[in-house]
Amino acid sequence: MSAIIITNLTKKYGALTAVDNLNLTIEKGELFSLLGMNGAGKTTTIKMLSCLTQPTDGDAVLLGDSIKGNANAVKQKANISPQETAVAPNLTVLENLEFIAGIYGQNAETSGKSAKEMSSRFGLDDVLGKKARTLSGGMQRRLSIAMALISNPQILFLDEPTLGLDVLARRELWASIRQLKKQVTIILTSHYLEEVDALSDRIGVMTKGKLVAVGTSAELIAQTGTTNLEDAFVVLSGGVL
Amino acid sequence: MKIFLFAKRNTKEILRDPINLFFALGFPLVLLFLFSVINSAIPAEANNDMFLIENTAPGIATFGTVFFALFSGMLLAKDRTTSFLMRLFAAPMTAMDYIFGYTLPVLVMAAIQGIITFSAAALLGLPLSVNMLLAVLVMLPIAILYVGVGLLCGSLLNEKAVGGICGALLTNIAGWFSGVWIPLDLIGGAFKQVAEVLPFYHGVEAAKDAIGGDFSGIIPHLAVVLGYALVFYGLAILVFRRKMRGDGA
Repeated sequence: MSAIIITNLTKKYGALTAVDNLNLTIEKGELFSLLGMNGAGKTTTIKMLSCLTQPTDGDAVLLGDSIKGNANAVKQKANISPQETAVAPNLTVLENLEFIAGIYGQNAETSGKSAKEMSSRFGLDDVLGKKARTLSGGMQRRLSIAMALISNPQILFLDEPTLGLDVLARRELWASIRQLKKQVTIILTSHYLEEVDALSDRIGVMTKGKLVAVGTSAELIAQTGTTNLEDAFVVLSGGVL
Repeated sequence: MKIFLFAKRNTKEILRDPINLFFALGFPLVLLFLFSVINSAIPAEANNDMFLIENTAPGIATFGTVFFALFSGMLLAKDRTTSFLMRLFAAPMTAMDYIFGYTLPVLVMAAIQGIITFSAAALLGLPLSVNMLLAVLVMLPIAILYVGVGLLCGSLLNEKAVGGICGALLTNIAGWFSGVWIPLDLIGGAFKQVAEVLPFYHGVEAAKDAIGGDFSGIIPHLAVVLGYALVFYGLAILVFRRKMRGDGA
């Protein structure tokens, strides 16, 4: 069953076309990665799908609701972990989690329970009472993803989730993301090819706002006649090997 | 419900910063004490009522609300630049949840700041009366003006720029043109004329009239303040809503 059906989705900023006539279907429970150079249109696509910016043209239907016609319903079903850690720095870890649960409609009792569940799932139990700004980069990332999941979204957007993390923190976060596979439909953007290779069911490559290729890692490698995903990505993005 | 959750979060963010706490509560008290010391050093035969507590307390209390432009602006700018606001924009919240969520805590803090400042002034000789409560109410429109300026700057600028405009620039403009530091009549001329066009002087005069029991004098001054408050707060709402609809945070 399809979770996301994107039809002719386009975003223009004046003369610049950031996303150009995007057509794509993502299945329920799939982890789909969007790859592209800086400015390829990945973040703009995620912003449109999460109702943060309106498309200039086209539409997307997320689990039956249009981003143009019923943004509020889409917002209840989806959540985002932005590129930056996006936590409230002077709130404790527990307060951050409870706050997000609350604005998605959970009452105080449920918020508290959800916060405890999330903290235990993401290894945040020992820092529940610490202010978010005092956490390491890796812990802040974990908190950020826990905050995105506390609303029990059926669709999750992860925009560069491991940006700036060291190898160990990145591997820990991969493990957390793997646990979510099949339960939540995930769209992930990343510049780390090995991350995309390790986590994704399918990969889409964007160049200058256009989706130029879609497939599994093996399919993209075969399509480009290369030997690894990085080379396939370079070829698809118009680069030189 | 969401407004109050967001307001609670914003209150914690502001009050858990010790610098904010000092400027919100400590700085007006320091000024009050300093002006009181200066007043006690002026001999009675000088007939100088410039630093009488009846004149300084309403001025300092009103001036103290200028820091709320800085607090609200910095908070919004930080929420934007750290993408925290993007996370919130992806949630099912309305523009009013955000606007009132940012405004309510600041208004409550402004009222508490006013009550503390007038209570301290009472200890320094300002006669206790219900007019103090009226003065606190009169201060709220200027607090709304400052929140409007803060939210407008926070919607458009980064933290550093908000610090410069709402901190250094606005506090100086509000201080000098309100007549809190030096009575405008002493300077006179074009400076006084400019001050009378701006809202800062009128905010202080409205609070002074409230403390002095000159109720008919309050309205004309308050009308000027309300005019500015409507313009800046309205602009802040427009820009914020545009940010919400447009390109995320």
